[in-house]
Amino acid sequence: MSDLTSIVDWSRLQFAVTAIYHWLFVPLTLGLSVMVAIMESIYLKTKSERWLYATKFWMRLFGINFAIGVATGIILEFEFGTNWSNYSWFVGDIFGAPLAIEGILAFFMESTFVAVMFFGWNKVSPRFHLASTWLTALGASISALWILVANAWMQYPVGMEFDPDQMRNVMDNFWALFSGIAVNKFFHAVLSGWALSGVFVIGVSCWFLWKKRNVEFAIRSIKVGAWFGLAGMLLTMYTGDGSAVEVTKHQPMKLAAMEGLYHGHQGQSLAAVAILNPNKDWNNDEDEYLFEIAIPNGLSILGRHDMDAFIPGITDIINGVDIDANGDTINTVSYQDRIAKGKLAQQALKEYGEAREAGDSALMASTLTTLRENYPYFGYGYFKSVDEAIPPVGLTFTMFRVMVILGSYFLAFFVIVLFLVYRTELLQKKTWIQWIAMASVPFMWICSEAGWAVAEVGRQPWTVQDLLPTVASVSAVPATSVMVTFWLFALIFTVLLVAEVSIMCRQISKESKKTLS
Amino acid sequence: MTLEYLQNYWWLLVSVLGGILVFLLFVQGGQSMLLTAGSKLRRDLIVNSMGSKWELTFTTLVTFGGAAFASFPLFYSTSFGGAYWLWILILFSFVVQAVSYEFRRKKGNLYGTRTYDIFLFLNGCVGCILLGVAVSMFFFGAEFTVNKGNLLIGSAPVISQWAPTHGFEAIFNWKNLILGIAVLFLARTQACLYMMNNITDDPDFFQSLKGKAFINGGIFLVFFLWFLGTLLTADGYTVISEGIRTKSVEITPFKYYHNYMALWPALACLTIGVVAVLFGWLKSCFGKHFTKGIWFTGIGTFLVVASLFWVAGYNDTPFYPSLLNPADSLTIRNASSSEFTLTAMSYVSILIPFVLAYIAYVWRSMDKKKLTPEGLESSDHAY
Repeated sequence: MSDLTSIVDWSRLQFAVTAIYHWLFVPLTLGLSVMVAIMESIYLKTKSERWLYATKFWMRLFGINFAIGVATGIILEFEFGTNWSNYSWFVGDIFGAPLAIEGILAFFMESTFVAVMFFGWNKVSPRFHLASTWLTALGASISALWILVANAWMQYPVGMEFDPDQMRNVMDNFWALFSGIAVNKFFHAVLSGWALSGVFVIGVSCWFLWKKRNVEFAIRSIKVGAWFGLAGMLLTMYTGDGSAVEVTKHQPMKLAAMEGLYHGHQGQSLAAVAILNPNKDWNNDEDEYLFEIAIPNGLSILGRHDMDAFIPGITDIINGVDIDANGDTINTVSYQDRIAKGKLAQQALKEYGEAREAGDSALMASTLTTLRENYPYFGYGYFKSVDEAIPPVGLTFTMFRVMVILGSYFLAFFVIVLFLVYRTELLQKKTWIQWIAMASVPFMWICSEAGWAVAEVGRQPWTVQDLLPTVASVSAVPATSVMVTFWLFALIFTVLLVAEVSIMCRQISKESKKTLS
Repeated sequence: MTLEYLQNYWWLLVSVLGGILVFLLFVQGGQSMLLTAGSKLRRDLIVNSMGSKWELTFTTLVTFGGAAFASFPLFYSTSFGGAYWLWILILFSFVVQAVSYEFRRKKGNLYGTRTYDIFLFLNGCVGCILLGVAVSMFFFGAEFTVNKGNLLIGSAPVISQWAPTHGFEAIFNWKNLILGIAVLFLARTQACLYMMNNITDDPDFFQSLKGKAFINGGIFLVFFLWFLGTLLTADGYTVISEGIRTKSVEITPFKYYHNYMALWPALACLTIGVVAVLFGWLKSCFGKHFTKGIWFTGIGTFLVVASLFWVAGYNDTPFYPSLLNPADSLTIRNASSSEFTLTAMSYVSILIPFVLAYIAYVWRSMDKKKLTPEGLESSDHAY
């Protein structure tokens, strides 16, 4: 393994482990903050001590979770510089802006008002306190907005042009950052946080029911959690559908990898349950699946909202074959051609620089024309073969199914819990139902992480779609250094996660023993 | 607005954030005193006094990084990707800090209160010293080169290359360490002054803080004067730019002294800042019951740090000098974002006064009721 490949792999691992840990905490922050704000609003209206107890109880758990979310978040921002320094230069003009705006508009709001939330009960008026709780929740969501806008831009880079004099991309349209992909991604991620928080609240409350402690509080919390979670899950599914359409349009290779699809058809079915054939490659004739239960026309409906639409597979995309809405075969740019065009763009950029140094304006103009014509494929110029441009199919395929199957389960889960909670006798008496609810909690996290795995693994090998692959995005740091820091962060995050879960459990147990009047 | 104007404006904003950050490092200063606090009550008082402000320091650091990324991406790319170990150690110290307040006294924290206090202590010492080292490189340079043509070399496409020690050489450079140590003792001094303002009903602790403020302030003064003397007598680069390109670089003796002479607002801020810090410090140490010293030293710190950033970046000075190839030094001209991006972000920056206003309002509301030993015991969210 060459040193560059090794640096890329360790850098990706380090970023992945940081992001995975970060996303363990963020969705709970996003959802629980809103739920706590709702509970505090009810308390302020009703003046009921029971709602005050509920507010403070969930706020404590929010606080424990919030701190570790902040800890993992700081690393992510700075890792763009420490581990992806080339990326930071190549697109920093566009990518840096959302991060800065996030800091100015969202982080300060969150960090200022969270202090009031925790320490301000006896220091500020009740209305100011409630406003602070809502502003903390708002700050968390605004923070997510800018991060997700930045992430979406990497997958669908728009609103910029390449500046050959500086060898980087520069922004030329700020509002283009709010593309369909960005909007869908924001709502999809934030609302999935609502669903996750709903499952968490229901699971913890069912533990109260099982222990027969503060039953009324538990039932009340389950009602809030279930309605909130159901709303979150329905909207997550709706925006997920929007995301699928956007991916089909702008990242067809990702969609093909999600489906393990090599040869597409009109009216393409969706493999609901399938086992991928490990011997299948884009250029052989093996079957795609060893076993498959398909939903007829499913993928065409999912990707294009059209039963008969053509969905290209990996081989089709590599060969540059597509079929338009009229059923006519059209040729897109094959991956071999993309690689050639990418190399042409890079050569033109090199010659442009030499011409500029020599003061040859005619050559500058001609090389610039070549560069502009071929720039959409610039990143392919780093590849030697088309195989390097295919994402890991197995992982993307599996994670997509994990996300969808668990997401569907949780939709049913919320509906059933809502049905049961209004028949409180049933929910209180049937301990096996309580156990299912408690056992479901970790699966919601798996569902959420799987969604991110689909989004991030499926877009490989790109950091910026079509323009910059991961191999050209890294820093010039020895692989051994990144390996050491990877283990360092993996260790400390794990140590802190174990402590967090332990504290949460103790806190829940301690609070459950309090007697409510 | 021209590009040059925007570059100056964004360097000013980075300076403001830098000034605020160094002031807010009093949180780290307080943490660095935890292990020698004596009793458990004193430790809890320190933690809870700092605990309601730690997020502000943390957020300012993140925003400083974000603003540097957005406005001077070549700096972000070169420094963070190059001085890898310096930044990783800083970040690591802030990671362990972030959880420690919330976890330290919670049942089930597995590793005991002492472990989290050690984390806070580490962040207090390491964070301050290494941030000082990082800022010191703005004056005394770093061992890097930048070649954008590398982007087209498939086997080694990274544009910024750094010395093989990747940041350790900066940490063990005595010039950088002077500022690092000065920042640590400034933070400790300000922590004492903040607690004298924030904690009441404990006269013994107040007297103890006075004594500590005097000693830490004295050490700070020695290291700060040493740093200032080294800086004002140091050679520096003068860069002649042509638009965003560096035309020529020459070595200028006493560069930063000349910068202070050329930039009168910087000189005024330095002078007023030093006087304010000295006044706040001495009045707190020798006044009978003076509790407002933190505001004088805070404003003074902000002014001095801002002035240091100005002489680092303005007056044709590279704010990140390359010791390996002076022509690769980063200036606010060649390292900045495009005119479009700087303009777009400038519109957002209009909101900064509102942000500062609500922070000030919340700070005042929260600090109206002072921290007391009794209040600490009865609080339902004490750290």
